[in-house]
Amino acid sequence: MKNFSKLLLAQAAAFGLSAPALAQEAMSIDQQVNQTFAAVTGPFVNFIFAPFPGTAFPWIVLWLVVAASVFTVYFGLVQFRFFGHAIALVKGDYSDPKDAGEVSHFQALATALSGTVGLGNIAGVAVAVGIGGPGATFWMILAGLMGMASKFTECTLGVKYRNEYPDGTVSGGPMYYMSKGFTELGLPGGKFLAVMFSVFCILGALGGGNMFQANQAHAQIAGIVGDYPGWITGIVFAAIVFAVIVGGIKSIARVTEKVVPFMGILYVGAALIILLVNYDKIGWAFGQIFAGAFTGLGVAGGLVGALIQGFKRAAFSNEAGVGSAAIAHSAVRTKEPITEGFVSLLEPLIDTVVICTMTALVITISGQLITDPATGQFILNEAGGSIKTIGDTSGVALTSAAFGSTISWFPYVLALAVVLFAFSTMISWSYYGLKAWTYLFGEGKTTELIFKVIFCIFIVIGAAASLGPVIDFSDAAIFSMAVVNIFAIYFLMKIVKKELNSYSTRLANGEIRKFKK
Amino acid sequence: MGMKLLIGLDGHGSGERAMAHAQVLAKQIGDCELVAAYVIEWSPYSFQTQEENAERHKRREEELSTATSRIIDPAVKSLRDAGFAASGIVRHGDVAETLNTLAEEQGADQIIVGRSSEGGFTRRIFGSATSNLVMSASVPVTVVV
Repeated sequence: MKNFSKLLLAQAAAFGLSAPALAQEAMSIDQQVNQTFAAVTGPFVNFIFAPFPGTAFPWIVLWLVVAASVFTVYFGLVQFRFFGHAIALVKGDYSDPKDAGEVSHFQALATALSGTVGLGNIAGVAVAVGIGGPGATFWMILAGLMGMASKFTECTLGVKYRNEYPDGTVSGGPMYYMSKGFTELGLPGGKFLAVMFSVFCILGALGGGNMFQANQAHAQIAGIVGDYPGWITGIVFAAIVFAVIVGGIKSIARVTEKVVPFMGILYVGAALIILLVNYDKIGWAFGQIFAGAFTGLGVAGGLVGALIQGFKRAAFSNEAGVGSAAIAHSAVRTKEPITEGFVSLLEPLIDTVVICTMTALVITISGQLITDPATGQFILNEAGGSIKTIGDTSGVALTSAAFGSTISWFPYVLALAVVLFAFSTMISWSYYGLKAWTYLFGEGKTTELIFKVIFCIFIVIGAAASLGPVIDFSDAAIFSMAVVNIFAIYFLMKIVKKELNSYSTRLANGEIRKFKK
Repeated sequence: MGMKLLIGLDGHGSGERAMAHAQVLAKQIGDCELVAAYVIEWSPYSFQTQEENAERHKRREEELSTATSRIIDPAVKSLRDAGFAASGIVRHGDVAETLNTLAEEQGADQIIVGRSSEGGFTRRIFGSATSNLVMSASVPVTVVV
């Protein structure tokens, strides 16, 4: 392990990135992993978050916002017009009883949600509010509402162009609609985009879907039992994930799949209780959110800082436009691919507009963020990058402290929830990553095993590295998926438009009817 | 105009008893058609993993073919051998709800089921499939002891 790290360090040093690191002989394993990791991923992260020329605004955030706006306008506010229909589909009103036993719309939604609801909602929001202030919440909600249109588009395409194999199993996702869709339209480069997407999807799976999860899970456990080296948590997690994805021990996965929705409900329930207890502050909190959205209330970067954080964390949390949901939703066998699009537009709503907002409100109300009583502006911490908090907490620790200030024992429940969420997100992303991997290298036992082993190794690295470099790399990897995915969707969205027009006509003239009375 | 009886099978003894009773009834009625039905317990609201979703269609086909070959085919054969006009159906869903839907779809005049064999905790909380059927059915139900 030590030699391996040294080797990596030497390589990094050769690129002139972290020469001082070598000087320190007595570094712990965690520190070594951290420094190496930061140095290796630095250039990639810098490129993805490079500001738009002449501004402080990262181009990637603009890319996502523009896409969500384009889809919202192009599909005529589909997220609001078909909202009721989406609910009816999930309830099974339009499901043919003869198809009973196939994956239902509800199941596809629940599975996709269990991949997205998790640390993004707990830790990610705390990061956003910690850096961008409560105002970030406003932009997060806006991004969530518009992201519904992105999700609708990608999931419709995912189902339409998935692969169905003779044995009845399915594989779908952006790589399939890129290659098949582009061929159908007679456009070149579909295959190239698909390969690019797959590469980024693998990085995303290893970053946001893995290292960030392992990292925050470790932070939670260490917060309760006391500090200890991160690689220990990493190895334990890696062993359990290995048992599930390689050993095929489905029972563990099944247990988490059942406990996670329960944890989600418990989390929202606890947030609601805290809001009820502090009902007199809710109006004030919303005031802070609105005021902060347009003035920044003194946070680093002001209005733009709040906006960037809001949009970034929303995208990271609900993954709209990223393409991962398109993989998750492709399993549904429906005669109308667009119905899966309608169902998927509920995801950003539940994930971002409801759950993330709860977290943001609880943090704001808890008073963990320190303001200057004289001016009402936030006080920045020593580094000046984020708002000073009671006990200098950030990420999941900030959320934990906020919940703990009203319900003293809740941090323990939250720790359990974080660990379970982290685990279920890892399992989901191991599947997304695997699909991208098999797209590149072909299906087969050995190729699959190689990916799964790499995935487990990254859990250890993620748990050992510190939050900063991990969150940067996770964001960068996930956003790079969105770069390719959204680019492809611009070309393919007219196909979705055709489906939407045909479907809404048939819905209006009664050709598509309810089965339930 | 003859009658149509829907027989709910469960792959256990109670299903056998329902079969026997249906045949007695059918003989007395005379012009009577029998439909043997088996419901695979399934809820569209359960939580599944990615891989389970991806393999669901395959599993469903396997479940349907197993139920058909092990339960429905032998039942239909024995009914036909005994000289009745008989057919069979397998469907996924909630047992009580699905038997009732099938009765409506088939235009059955009566549903015949065995007293259910499930017990303990589940029955205390959710009631047995049989009692749920009796309470929600839109045609007469005969419960065979």
